Amino acid sequence: MFSLFQLKKIFQLNENFFYWLKITFLSLIIFGLILSLIVSPKDYLQGDTVRIMYVHVPASWLALMIFAAMGISSIITLVFKIRVFTIYAKSLAPIGFTFSLISIFTGSLWGQPTWGTFWTWDARLTSMLVLVFFYIFYILSWKFIKNFFVAEKYSSILAIIGLANLPIIKFSVEWWNTLHQPASIKLTESPAIHPSMLMPLLIMFLGFSVFALFIFFIRYKTEVLQLQENKLNKVLKK
Amino acid sequence: MTPSRKKRLTYFLVSTAVVLILGKFIFNSLQKNTIYFFSPTDLSLNSENPKGLIRVGGLVKKGSVQENKNEATYTFVVTDLKNDIYVEYKGILPNLFQEEKGVVVEGTLKDKKFLLGKTILAKHDENYMPPEVAEALKKSGNWNKKYDQ
Repeated sequence: MFSLFQLKKIFQLNENFFYWLKITFLSLIIFGLILSLIVSPKDYLQGDTVRIMYVHVPASWLALMIFAAMGISSIITLVFKIRVFTIYAKSLAPIGFTFSLISIFTGSLWGQPTWGTFWTWDARLTSMLVLVFFYIFYILSWKFIKNFFVAEKYSSILAIIGLANLPIIKFSVEWWNTLHQPASIKLTESPAIHPSMLMPLLIMFLGFSVFALFIFFIRYKTEVLQLQENKLNKVLKK
Repeated sequence: MTPSRKKRLTYFLVSTAVVLILGKFIFNSLQKNTIYFFSPTDLSLNSENPKGLIRVGGLVKKGSVQENKNEATYTFVVTDLKNDIYVEYKGILPNLFQEEKGVVVEGTLKDKKFLLGKTILAKHDENYMPPEVAEALKKSGNWNKKYDQ
């Protein structure tokens, strides 16, 4: 079973696969942008400002999902020492970090015209900023700790601690009074977004996800090549 | 499962359990300090007025907004449908500031029922829809009161 988790499996992936991943990403993003910027209607309350949502929400979702994936990979890394998961987490970090920054910046651009402020210390915004810092510390721990095995240990612990922040971000809008509105899309209820606005949102999310996957493969390949370069054969074999 | 894996798994599970229990205690004790805004009812229950800058949130009461053109000040009432608080504010109102919509006012309490606003933040809800749909819902009487928060 563990042969599935061999690091170099990625080099067997067909070049065609990456080509089609690119095509899918481009068509989804173009289609999504046309829908969200031109076709979809204005909001009854916010007008055109609501269009920021089509970038803000997918970026925020992915920032959270990617950190969740990193945290779970880190648990497997620490407990079972299956090295491929270390590299998963390490390759995912910069992607999630970028999405979390996009989320914060588009959020503050959205906050100014609607709420009347770029930033406020409510529970949602603060916990999201904490996530950005977890990403930064995770990436820095790999940068500054030169020994692979030590870096692996500390970065994994960091990612696992960071996992606790995810439910706080998710439920912050329910547990506390916040300026940020509650979630529009919940698993248990029908969405509070009109279908004409939900559709572009979901397509943009798909587009962003395919982009994340594409960058992930590139990052992963680079990491494996770097391991070979540094002659970390002990890692590569496992 | 090899013995070393078993050992690490036990370490992991035990430390997670400990951290979760500790976290729960910290969370509970911090609950009082993590209030972003008070409702008018919260304030009316206080025996002593909080000093310094506080935030009060609620709905802008219908028909309560008045503009004083000479001094460029606004007065309005923030309500949580149980208790009210008067607000005086000098400055520019955010775009989404409307009667019967959510608002968070940052300011200082002059007395129990009067807040001198320093900053006004408009709060909007999680419902998004095109103007025509909103119009149609209002006409057909299916407009949900919760859209007005």
